[in-house]
Amino acid sequence: MESIEVIKNWVVEGSEILDLGCGNGEILNILSKELDATTLGVEINQDNINECIKSGLNVIQQNIDEGLNNFADKSFDIVIMSQTIQVLKEPKKALLEVTRIGKECIVTIPNFGQLTTRLKLLFGGKMPITGSLPNQWYDTENIHLCTIKDFEVLCRDCEINILNKRFFNTSGQESALAKTSPNLFASTAIYKISK
Amino acid sequence: MNDSLGIVEAIKVTLEGSLELECGKTLKNLDVVYETYGDLNSDASNAILVCHALSGNHHAAGRYEGEKKFGWWDSLIGPGKAIDTNRFFVVCPNNIGGCHGSIGPSSRNIETGEFFGPDFPIITVKDWVKSQAMLSDYLGINQWHAVVGGSLGGMQALEWSRLFPKRIKKAGVIAAAPKLSAQNIAFNEVARQAIIKDPDFQGGRYLDKETYPKQGLRLARMIGHITYLSEEAMRSKFGRELKEEKLNFGFDAEFEIESYLRYQGDIFSESFDANTYLLMTKILDYFDPANEFNGNLSDAFREIEAQLLIVSFSTDWRFAPERSREIVNALIEAKKNVSYLEINSPHGHDSFLFANSDYVKGLTSFLEN
Repeated sequence: MESIEVIKNWVVEGSEILDLGCGNGEILNILSKELDATTLGVEINQDNINECIKSGLNVIQQNIDEGLNNFADKSFDIVIMSQTIQVLKEPKKALLEVTRIGKECIVTIPNFGQLTTRLKLLFGGKMPITGSLPNQWYDTENIHLCTIKDFEVLCRDCEINILNKRFFNTSGQESALAKTSPNLFASTAIYKISK
Repeated sequence: MNDSLGIVEAIKVTLEGSLELECGKTLKNLDVVYETYGDLNSDASNAILVCHALSGNHHAAGRYEGEKKFGWWDSLIGPGKAIDTNRFFVVCPNNIGGCHGSIGPSSRNIETGEFFGPDFPIITVKDWVKSQAMLSDYLGINQWHAVVGGSLGGMQALEWSRLFPKRIKKAGVIAAAPKLSAQNIAFNEVARQAIIKDPDFQGGRYLDKETYPKQGLRLARMIGHITYLSEEAMRSKFGRELKEEKLNFGFDAEFEIESYLRYQGDIFSESFDANTYLLMTKILDYFDPANEFNGNLSDAFREIEAQLLIVSFSTDWRFAPERSREIVNALIEAKKNVSYLEINSPHGHDSFLFANSDYVKGLTSFLEN
């Protein structure tokens, strides 16, 4: 199963959804069409915003790093933060904000702990460049990478409940290896959390 | 700018019936001047209403026969432009209270035959929207595809979505604010005092006395102009450039910015009515949709059904991005369909008049989705 299928399974039909860092609206488009969800995206990139508007999605141009206090407590059924937390200045604060705004939240992270990155760093001695982390250390947007273990520790420290989680390998599929040893074999993890 | 819309003409109509104004007075048989661009389709579903701002009028795009000057929003209205006249039928009226042909202080009251002058009632944004609805009826447009405007025009678009939720599919609220700040009102008051204290103002009856408060209106416009530009735009356009490369140690216009403001003031004071200017600033000051909802803006937005696009500009300090975000956040709270764009532009409040590519793309996508 691919990650979008997992997200679809986790979302109840007709939900109100906020996607923080919604990109070109790919996820919201699917959820609004297939699950009749009421959606709102937050995005900073102008071209992405135009694509959202073109497809009829509601989208707010806003820098998540400057705060999310314009969103009320538990004002959305689901808040999604997909592949976004690692580019933020204050991931911990963002995680607390996401769980404040959403009754439930879906957070997707790239796993820096996977075997290929570990081996690249160990044997190459350089910051790893992989399919999911394609840029040099000096021009990557990913300023706060973490491993699956790190993320779960942060959730625990913040008293955030992990309601569900799924892991995907580099081809975006759920494999037996990724399931049994996610921190070594998953390239992406999806969490359903709440506080 | 190219000549893409070509020659346009204004149309005058008398809208029969009466309009009960918010102030309690009634206006009858409204003369309204407007322009249209593009063609209305057979089910009248492609109409866009463009609302003008404080000093604007119905001449939004194209140019008049024998004139070189284009309408005030020609950068955005025309074939293939953001408001695409190949697809949409665009209507832009001169608002009532104006001075370019629609009923206003410089019109004669048909009951008395005298100029209205200072007796013209104080209009509100709500009254404007109602008068525009009368024009919609006359034109056979039951529902606007969109109502769009910048500054005071954006406030009208927002008010449309509140007052006639079924008659508007989309509202483009550009460089606007949910109400004026004390600073905004302060600038308006200085402008008003400049006009009212001009000896030629004659208590507003200058048309009867055959005088004209040109100096006052000129000064009001100069003050207004400063607030439309950003510090950055002024610096890059004028800097401290001198007209004649040396200081003359006198009070004539020496710096380029001085002669620019004087020129703008001169042009404006020759083509605008002083009572209308007073009225327009008052309309701005009074705008506050949250007022009748105990100051709760999201309650004021409860009835809205339209999809809204709110746009602000980074260097606009008259209605800064924070002011647009107040509208956006209240719409989010009220669970309405809203999108928001914050455009990087150096032109201050006037940015809404320029065809900045991000702004054009956003508006185009919004109108066409």
